[in-house]
Amino acid sequence: MSRRIIVPFGPQHPVLPEPIHLDLVLQDERVVEAIPSIGYIHRGLETLVAKREYPEYVYIAERTCGICSFIHGMTYCQAVEQVMNLEVPERALYLRTIWSEYSRMHSHLLWLGLFADAIGFENLFMASWRLRESVLDVLEETTGGRVIQGSCKVGGVRRDIPGETLDRMVGDLAGFERDFREIANVFLHDESIIARTRGVGVLSRGDAYHLGAMGPTARGSGVAIDLRKTGYAAYGKIHFKPVVETDGDCYARCAVRVKEVFSSIDIVRQAAAKIPEGEIEVKPKGNPNGECFSRAEQPRGELVHYVKGDGSRHLVRSRIRTPTLTNIPPLVKMLSGCELADVPVIVLSIDPCIGCMER
Amino acid sequence: MTHLSKSPWILHYDASSCNGCDIEVLACLSPLYDVERFGIINTGNPKHADVLVITGGINEQNREVVRNLYEQMPDPKVVVAVGICASTGGVFRECYNVVGGIDCIIPVDVYVPGCAARPESIIDGIVRALSILEEKKNMPAPGRATQGGEK
Repeated sequence: MSRRIIVPFGPQHPVLPEPIHLDLVLQDERVVEAIPSIGYIHRGLETLVAKREYPEYVYIAERTCGICSFIHGMTYCQAVEQVMNLEVPERALYLRTIWSEYSRMHSHLLWLGLFADAIGFENLFMASWRLRESVLDVLEETTGGRVIQGSCKVGGVRRDIPGETLDRMVGDLAGFERDFREIANVFLHDESIIARTRGVGVLSRGDAYHLGAMGPTARGSGVAIDLRKTGYAAYGKIHFKPVVETDGDCYARCAVRVKEVFSSIDIVRQAAAKIPEGEIEVKPKGNPNGECFSRAEQPRGELVHYVKGDGSRHLVRSRIRTPTLTNIPPLVKMLSGCELADVPVIVLSIDPCIGCMER
Repeated sequence: MTHLSKSPWILHYDASSCNGCDIEVLACLSPLYDVERFGIINTGNPKHADVLVITGGINEQNREVVRNLYEQMPDPKVVVAVGICASTGGVFRECYNVVGGIDCIIPVDVYVPGCAARPESIIDGIVRALSILEEKKNMPAPGRATQGGEK
């Protein structure tokens, strides 16, 4: 039996856009154990509730993460609205759904690009990011921000999307879908991608469930958990099926995300067809008094925002639990037994968002 | 322009950013903005890098990491603080774990405003950093000016 050595991975590493540290215990080229340590980008933003009034805290909630910022803001608003018993206008709920799905498309395209880069497929990285820019253009046009939107508020949304803009967005989706189909074919059928991802980092269905995997990481292992099915925002009125793959390897997780982009396109189309006219916000009266858990499906999995108010302008407590945190134990499981050269691909396959995780 | 400012290599590190600026830094590499046309390459190795691009503020745990990366880079080098968090701490300034902007640890040459900073301003910041790099190259730096053969 050969000697065990420990190879440090991160916090600064070419494949990681964000810092996380793993101690990889190796025996020859095989990883015996992976020990994660986190905290490099912890800010402690939950305590800012004491310094910002509850309507202002939406901006902080959005800046938990710059990739799924809209969904963070929305989930926080949902929690406060539930505490205050606010009836959010139907049109605002549909707008939230549309922006959530655009966020998902931009997040998945971003991930697909990074994943291609981790495999060493630079051309595909560029192709994914080029296409992602068209999604960002829509977000910028409708909300004013490319990555931090600031369009959600307690009681509704801040901006409306005019009917003709919405029609144009739906029209443009056809071209987007055609372009994405080309990229999707490469991700799903290219030999070199299959060679790097099939059978790599396998997570069984049981492990995914018991270790608390969420989002595409869980769905890639055959666990059909999709929080959108709980029907928050306007998802209750839209028909879609959670995308599920059963192999549990990096290929399956990649396939889930590729297919979810198509599902997002479909959801936007349905929402645009069903969106009613009307108000986009209600004015909140008084202050939140009570507590609430609000959940939503981020591109990476289940996001939970907890808020507790005591009837003053400042909340007493905010607590955020993000999907990357719950996906770390499954990641450690996937890494044990893999080859050192596969570590970057496996780490990326859970779509780690450290900014979210450490807040 | 010399070989250095014609082909500067950048090292990107996420100090305690929310990711917003990070993905915009990466977006600069994508075909729409394409900083590689300026010869800029994103490297993961501090010893290869001329420009350190940092997003997010300093916190207790990454303090040493940032200092370490900076010290490992060869002279002359420039630091670009991207986004308001890297410049001052931004909205997270009052968080208990945030010390402040990057300049409380290492000297910063260019501050790029914005939350999140737009790719256009990031590119502008890096291009400005290149002329500072050029100036630094012509300045006698301690430990470098004394080496023979460099005239």
